[in-house]
Amino acid sequence: MMEITEGSHAVAEAVRLSRPQVVSAYPITPQTHIVEALADFVANGTLDAEYLTVDSELSALSACVGASAAGSRTYSATTSQGLMLMAEVVFNAAGMRLPIVMSIANRALGAPLSIWNDMQDSIAMRDSGWLQFYAEDNQEATDLHFLAYKVAEDATIQLPAFVCFDGFILSHTYEPIDMLTQEQVDQYLPAYNPAEKLDAKDPMSFGMYATPDYYMEFRYEMDEAQKRAKDVIAKYGKEFGTLFGRDYSALVEGYQLADAETAIIAMGSICGTVKDAIDEMRAAGKKVGLLKIRVFRPFPYEEIKKALAHVQRIAVLDKNISLGAKGGATAIEVRDAMYGSTIPVKGYVLGLGGRDIRKKDIKEIVSLCENGAGDQFYGLRKELI
Amino acid sequence: MRELRIHGRGGQGSVTAAELIAVAAFEGGVFSQAFPAFGVERRGAPVQAFVRFNNQRVRLRSQVYEPDYIIVQDSTLIKDVNVFAGVKAGGIAIVNTADKNADFAVPEGVKLILIDATSIALKAIGLPITNTTLMGAFAAASGEIQFTALENALKHRFPGELATKNIAAAKIAYDSIKGAA
Repeated sequence: MMEITEGSHAVAEAVRLSRPQVVSAYPITPQTHIVEALADFVANGTLDAEYLTVDSELSALSACVGASAAGSRTYSATTSQGLMLMAEVVFNAAGMRLPIVMSIANRALGAPLSIWNDMQDSIAMRDSGWLQFYAEDNQEATDLHFLAYKVAEDATIQLPAFVCFDGFILSHTYEPIDMLTQEQVDQYLPAYNPAEKLDAKDPMSFGMYATPDYYMEFRYEMDEAQKRAKDVIAKYGKEFGTLFGRDYSALVEGYQLADAETAIIAMGSICGTVKDAIDEMRAAGKKVGLLKIRVFRPFPYEEIKKALAHVQRIAVLDKNISLGAKGGATAIEVRDAMYGSTIPVKGYVLGLGGRDIRKKDIKEIVSLCENGAGDQFYGLRKELI
Repeated sequence: MRELRIHGRGGQGSVTAAELIAVAAFEGGVFSQAFPAFGVERRGAPVQAFVRFNNQRVRLRSQVYEPDYIIVQDSTLIKDVNVFAGVKAGGIAIVNTADKNADFAVPEGVKLILIDATSIALKAIGLPITNTTLMGAFAAASGEIQFTALENALKHRFPGELATKNIAAAKIAYDSIKGAA
């Protein structure tokens, strides 16, 4: 049913409908509204879960690790500095193959302190083993939570997942959402029933140490699970579409791409602004299209190469920067995906720390790309440098 | 697509106004979008909130630079903030002021509506919180939201008597704008 609500509340409702048994989180802007709403749900009896109020993000995710290892469906949410404080546990959760789902209301990292949006936080965790989904709008932000649980808990995957949505830009925005009912979610997402869990009657250990004779195989298995996740996302994304009309089977999604000469690649809420800019550029005769990346881990190399084989140039937008490397993380991956092709790939680092991105900025970036200019920060205030 | 920008000071309920206007517009079958200009949440500091109205899902995520409508909750902001920046010709600027003859430099073609929302709010609510009064004025001046939808949004957000008082304040403003039209 369509309703209008704040992004954070829509996400909290999606989490409630996913029936987590343990919620453990520490409030941090701009994620706080999610966990406030979940605390209300537990208090008023609409969510039958253990809600743990902890002393820090490190404890928040640690509690999820324990609860997940004991066989519970678990949830947490965080952002920015909170995610950095969790870092050790983020890697451990993936290594122990625990399908925790965590919302990231994407926010910049200090220093200097910034409460505003970019994607540096989740991108900094790209090598952790967590699946990473990115939402364009609050409809996706809600729906991707159901998909994330379904994929993460699949017996062939058993990896935790981030559902990333832009802090403030989505988390604090009211917009219409088609919210699923409990019956619909129950039909799609069965109870979590892991093959292996902590059980006093059948003791086992999670996350023990591994000597050089054993360690590498654990990492190999995680990498294989990431690769398998592509097909599993396709399968469950399609099932979601069949049941509810919104198909999330594709890791990347094209917009006006079929005859595009310039392709923009982007993730998250900026894709909406890009689409509006593309409509205006098309009306003015420019053949521009968008390839939206919805899943960053596993990274859709083959999908990108296939989708962009016909374009003349590629402009990659990154709300993050891999300092000392060649631009943002997406541009770096896309260059690898397009290796061997003669299509130029230009990266643009933009919107860091909440700097607003307008349609005119997208048009200017397309012009830059057409002129062969790129691999740069976009929108710098020259007077400050 | 039409766009509204609300100027106020922290604590005056500009974000709430944007949210409730979006809720009321949605009840009228409009795809609306409301969001704040994310800043420091300091009482008294200049703040902005935005609403977009469209006949399909709003995809645009930038702030509002060329609004069709603005609401200014506090006319003392005008000397510090260029509240009229970018307002489109044919647009409407609703300014809360006690000065009936105030002559603000609105861009050419922009209709200026002055309303003493503070007095209305003091009378109807007993507090100088003007956001709901100005929502009534906006409903009347713009036609983007029905008064009944606004009433429903207020009832949903505020408990019992508080809702009644805020609806009364909004209605006084609504009627005064309708009466003047």
